[in-house]
Amino acid sequence: MSDAVTPLLSVRDLSVAFHQGGRESLAVDRISFDIGRGEIVALVGESGSGKSVSAASVLKLLPYPSASHPSGQILFDGRDLMTASEPELRSVRGNDITMIFQEPMTSLNPLHSIERQISEILALHQGLQGASARARVLELLHQVGIREPEKRLTAFPHELSGGQRQRVMIAMALANRPKLLIADEPTTALDVTVQAQILELLGRLKSEHGMSMLFITHDLGIVRKFADRVCVMTKGKIVEAGPVEDIFERPQHAYTKKLLASEPRGEPPLLDETKPIVMQGEDIRVWFPIKAGFLRRTVDHVKAVDGVDLTLRAGQTLGVVGESGSGKTTLGLALSRLISSKGRISFIGKDIDAFSYSEMRPLRDRLQIVFQDPFGSLSPRMSVGEIIAEGLKVHEKQLTAEERDSRVAWALEEVGLDPATRWRYPHEFSGGQRQRIAIARAMVLKPRFVMLDEPTSALDMTVQAQVVDLLRDLQAKHDLAYLFISHDLKVVKALANELIVMRGGKVVEKGPAAEVFAAPKADYTRALMAAAFKLEAVEAGGIRQ
Amino acid sequence: MSLVETTTIIPPKKGWLNPTNRRRLENFKANRRGFWSFWIFMVLFVLSLFAEFIANDKPVIAFYKGEILFPVVVDYPEEKFGGFLAVTDYRSPFISDEINANGWMVWPPIRYSYRTVNSEVPHSAPTAPFWLMDKETRCAAYPLGAEDPNCVLGNMNWLGTDDQARDVMARMIYGFRISILFGLALTLASAAIGVTAGAVQGYFGGWTDLLMQRFIEIWSSMPVLYILLIIAAILPPGFFVLLGIMLLFSWVGFVGIVRAEFLRARNFEYVNAARALGVGNWTIMFRHLLPNAMVATLTFLPFILSGSITTLTSLDFLGFGMPPGSPSLGELIAQGKRNLQAPWLGLTAFFTMSIMLSLLIFVGEAVRDAFDPRKTFR
Repeated sequence: MSDAVTPLLSVRDLSVAFHQGGRESLAVDRISFDIGRGEIVALVGESGSGKSVSAASVLKLLPYPSASHPSGQILFDGRDLMTASEPELRSVRGNDITMIFQEPMTSLNPLHSIERQISEILALHQGLQGASARARVLELLHQVGIREPEKRLTAFPHELSGGQRQRVMIAMALANRPKLLIADEPTTALDVTVQAQILELLGRLKSEHGMSMLFITHDLGIVRKFADRVCVMTKGKIVEAGPVEDIFERPQHAYTKKLLASEPRGEPPLLDETKPIVMQGEDIRVWFPIKAGFLRRTVDHVKAVDGVDLTLRAGQTLGVVGESGSGKTTLGLALSRLISSKGRISFIGKDIDAFSYSEMRPLRDRLQIVFQDPFGSLSPRMSVGEIIAEGLKVHEKQLTAEERDSRVAWALEEVGLDPATRWRYPHEFSGGQRQRIAIARAMVLKPRFVMLDEPTSALDMTVQAQVVDLLRDLQAKHDLAYLFISHDLKVVKALANELIVMRGGKVVEKGPAAEVFAAPKADYTRALMAAAFKLEAVEAGGIRQ
Repeated sequence: MSLVETTTIIPPKKGWLNPTNRRRLENFKANRRGFWSFWIFMVLFVLSLFAEFIANDKPVIAFYKGEILFPVVVDYPEEKFGGFLAVTDYRSPFISDEINANGWMVWPPIRYSYRTVNSEVPHSAPTAPFWLMDKETRCAAYPLGAEDPNCVLGNMNWLGTDDQARDVMARMIYGFRISILFGLALTLASAAIGVTAGAVQGYFGGWTDLLMQRFIEIWSSMPVLYILLIIAAILPPGFFVLLGIMLLFSWVGFVGIVRAEFLRARNFEYVNAARALGVGNWTIMFRHLLPNAMVATLTFLPFILSGSITTLTSLDFLGFGMPPGSPSLGELIAQGKRNLQAPWLGLTAFFTMSIMLSLLIFVGEAVRDAFDPRKTFR
């Protein structure tokens, strides 16, 4: 057996079943794939397709005994991990095979310094202590591109940005020079610009160390740029596998074709300066005071939104883009008067910036919000009908129960759901359906202005495109004004006809969307576009690490 | 539009439980021990609510001179039967002979109430349970000895008598009832106050929270027992006085969990969504936040209940509890301590307390399991 022909990892007929309340559900159904040495294999699929579970079962990290493997073999370097004992597995985990996770915010221990996090692994598997361990930690931090690693040794996770935390995670994963790195959506929680940097880093490390990689993602753009081979998973099965070019150029399976065709499409509404103004903001500022000293005097401000002007007309969409922390959501909340702000805000001809909560209430029916997370924004204890009717009970008290019910049914039909679903509970619906319910809750009040706070970012690709189409249809039908907040430039391009690019609370660039996309003027906008559309990290943009 | 993710439509079932609660009920039932404890406890509790029909010194139904009487429910003056007391003593041979001669009467299984003194004890009280003595001994005090028509099972002391010749079984039944009722009343009242206070603190936050939190810290650092003793010395002790005094301090226990739950949940997206719809504060608190806090509260409830019962019992034991003469388990323990030669006193109190508290703890465990979203049963 020579290294060239035997794959490093060979998964044969792997199944994973979960037991709950006496029921058994098959999450992964007899999948097989190989990873050669120095090869990057991507597992692609939508949420719930079983890709993360498959990856976790390579290291047997599932919650046994509620999870079990009815069939399968996992051959790593000729050893079967499926039958290996717990001590054997421990010697493989973190040593030969390591894993990085999606959420850099929670996968580091918040109470340990960076040095301690990394040297723990070194001590565990290599017995490195003291000065030699520190030298290795510095080397690793340098490798993953953390600037001035000496100063960062004593830092705690909360002092680092998301990208830096993910770099530390990667440093921990590399500490013992693993043969295989399993990366479970390592860039999903990061901004596009940081995502591009992390991908570049992983690619560099792979070529320097000859590491193999199992890369789990739902983002086809990343797969195409990054992976050697790809396995497409849906409903626990691998439906198609092969070299990246083959799959992308000549997809065979219907699901792969659907996945490839699921980019948000379509054109935003045309710019029309004659439409009536719905929402106008002048010099909007949201400053959070920083207090210090015994008397808690305000010494400075965090300028979350700092002097933003905007005008939004009926039937138009204003896209607000920027990285996380740039103040886009804060701007939206200020406009809908859910947080206090300075500067004039006028909504359908009324200056609402000095209105109190109760003064705002009569206007709230025409000013609606759709939130990012369709799982968090619907109360789990109320039926869909109750959720949608809640606003009607506040704003249209004169309605009888039957009238309310028919309005709910109408709203559900508007968003393309069967009205009979109104007796069911949110947990019975998929993410896309839940987002439709959230949109129905806004639509039932017949609003003029809807703030859409990243309404598609928690959804799968195929569903994203559907929700974008739905939003555009609703806008055309009811002449709605949208404030569309997103970091996903592809979605923004399909919806917005005007654009504001924000950074650090300030507007970097604004103008008609078509112009900004075609010829971005600011360096920052250019860097953002390169990262989003080409997955390239551009240093010139001065993007924070 | 073909974008609809098709779902099969199930016609609405008009159940009174939403799916989450249905799953919780399943989880509760899956804990067999807790489930059975709950039913045993409920049977005992409901039976004890009808203690007057089980252990009483009045007949349940009597038929006297063509008239059906309900002495348990209605107080008939003794002159009705030819006597002279204001309240009829049905146990006295004169009255019972009179009624039996002109009709009949049906006694409860135990012919003693908690305050009835058995005047036919074979020797000086406390006396042992009847099954520890032979028939001659236990009927010794009756005029006709073992042959006496009144020396029947209903007049026997199943668990003996206490040092004032009162039936221990009857006192135990009434004592159990008053303990549970006191515990329930205290728990529900403190839950109502504690949940409201915690909800207001957690939802409004800021200065409201700060001031109330400081107040609670000062309030809960008071030496509760001493305050109880002082108040008990001034006010006449009684069920509601005790309830009031203990309520002053027991509501604090709920504030912490409810406040934490409200603090956590007030920024949930569905709460923000409701705010964005213009829903009022109190509606949001009631409809969206309270259900979250109820999980923690309900989990806490059985444990608070057993705690309240223990507190009442210990106060009674120390003599600062219910007024003298009232049936109470604490007083029974105190008697057991004074009369070590009569172990049935202490043993009865011990077994009653430990079975009652164990049942409640088992129920509490099952409730906790039921509300644990990660709990799975195989």
